[in-house]
Amino acid sequence: MRWINRKPGRPLAFFLMALPFLLVLIAYSVASDARRAVNPADKLLPAPAQIAQTAQRVATQPDRRSGQIVFWKDTGASLQRLALGVAIGAAIGLTFGLSIGLFPHLHAGLNSFVAVLSMIPPLAVLPILFIIFGLGEVSKVALIAIGITPFLIRDLAARTSELPFEQIVKAQTLGASSVVIALRVALPQIMPRLIQAVRLALGPAWLFLIAAEAIAAENGLGYRIFLVRRYLAMDVILTYVIWITLLAFLIDWALRQTSRRFYPWAEDGL
Amino acid sequence: MSFVSVTDVFQSYDDRPILERVNVTVQEGEFISIVGASGCGKSTFLRILLAQENPTRGEVRIAGAAPAQEPGLDRGVVFQKYSVFPHMTVRDNVIAGECLRRPWGRFFGAQSQAAKDRANETLARIGLDHVATNYPATLSGGMQQRLAIGQALAAKPRVLLLDEPFGALDPGTRLAMHDFLQDLRAQTGMTVFMVTHDLEEAFKLGDRVLVFDKPRWDPDDPSRFGATITYDFDARDGGIPFQRLEEDTHVLEEH
Repeated sequence: MRWINRKPGRPLAFFLMALPFLLVLIAYSVASDARRAVNPADKLLPAPAQIAQTAQRVATQPDRRSGQIVFWKDTGASLQRLALGVAIGAAIGLTFGLSIGLFPHLHAGLNSFVAVLSMIPPLAVLPILFIIFGLGEVSKVALIAIGITPFLIRDLAARTSELPFEQIVKAQTLGASSVVIALRVALPQIMPRLIQAVRLALGPAWLFLIAAEAIAAENGLGYRIFLVRRYLAMDVILTYVIWITLLAFLIDWALRQTSRRFYPWAEDGL
Repeated sequence: MSFVSVTDVFQSYDDRPILERVNVTVQEGEFISIVGASGCGKSTFLRILLAQENPTRGEVRIAGAAPAQEPGLDRGVVFQKYSVFPHMTVRDNVIAGECLRRPWGRFFGAQSQAAKDRANETLARIGLDHVATNYPATLSGGMQQRLAIGQALAAKPRVLLLDEPFGALDPGTRLAMHDFLQDLRAQTGMTVFMVTHDLEEAFKLGDRVLVFDKPRWDPDDPSRFGATITYDFDARDGGIPFQRLEEDTHVLEEH
């Protein structure tokens, strides 16, 4: 039987799914053991047990000076920046994407402009944002929004213009105005696409968030990683990296569930 | 005064003629089948009837009104596919036939309930009441087309345009759809234009069958001339064009 026609059973599929994670964990442990066998005080590859211990410490013990648990404060600050930046980007992306995809005049006027805008590397704009908005929250939120908006606009404009023209014509024969077509025909069908596009944009959004925090911030997950780098605190860095990965995964999962829950008709084949 | 009048319609894309000198008049309540080879302009003609395209010359008038610039309420349409809204339930699709013309595209309060009741009646009539809350993607092709026709009729258009509506259906479903369409027509007395590839279907359903073809043909440049209506058959009599046979023959028995 050809391999393309063989399918793993449920237990095997689960094992295969877990396998790469296990392999990475084992490779890390072996490397860590080897380094610490030579130098017990090695800081580069702390033992998994030590990372777990550190994770527990940073997540539960309050900071001696401020009395707050820094870990949760960082998480809250970063998630707030991310949520604001992504929400603003999504709102602008949806509004402009839908309009550009639907109205030929806006398409003629804005399509090339957005295409050029999307070529600007957002991190190159960061100094400008710092100069204009200062080093506070606004510049970080703005970087995330600026970073993902052109992509969202272009993607949603393309998705909107991909709507079958039959539907648009049909809506017109039912007496729908341009506004009604935008709100009742195009918008609901674009919403699951927006969620999909936001899921894709979350990667860059995290990148911009951590970059902005690394450069100038007083708290935040990215700020913390770059701060403890000075002390070679790999256990803390790894704890934060694992935590960020987990958060990103959970947000992605939540968005997927939202899409399934609210737009069941958009699921493939239903 | 004829109900639909097509006067001297020409259509060309980039100077390439598709239709030339199309003239036809249609009485209210007639069922017009449109047939022809692929690429002979019958779908273009339907798009012009729909006002989705404006002809380069000539005009189409419905009930004496000024020629339309864009699709509107007076023309209903059912395409081969993508004719219903995938994000609305079956019932909402029928309600959309009435409510998309509203300023916000929906009904509020008591109107909403009344529209729901009317939609339920329509669904019962087209045999889709048992799937009222499903999304169209869960329906079979025939049910989707029935829904599309029901939705178009809910808007009460003056003429109904069908663009190969049963082209993607299997033969059995297609026959059921013929009965469905004939019943609906008997109830509503609708004026219908239907483009089809299926000659038998064209003669079975139509009162008249218009054949599109190119009357002139340049062997060196096939796209030089456009198509027009080359035949206009009377199909009311069991699909036998023009003549009535005087004596009984078994030729007729199949129909």
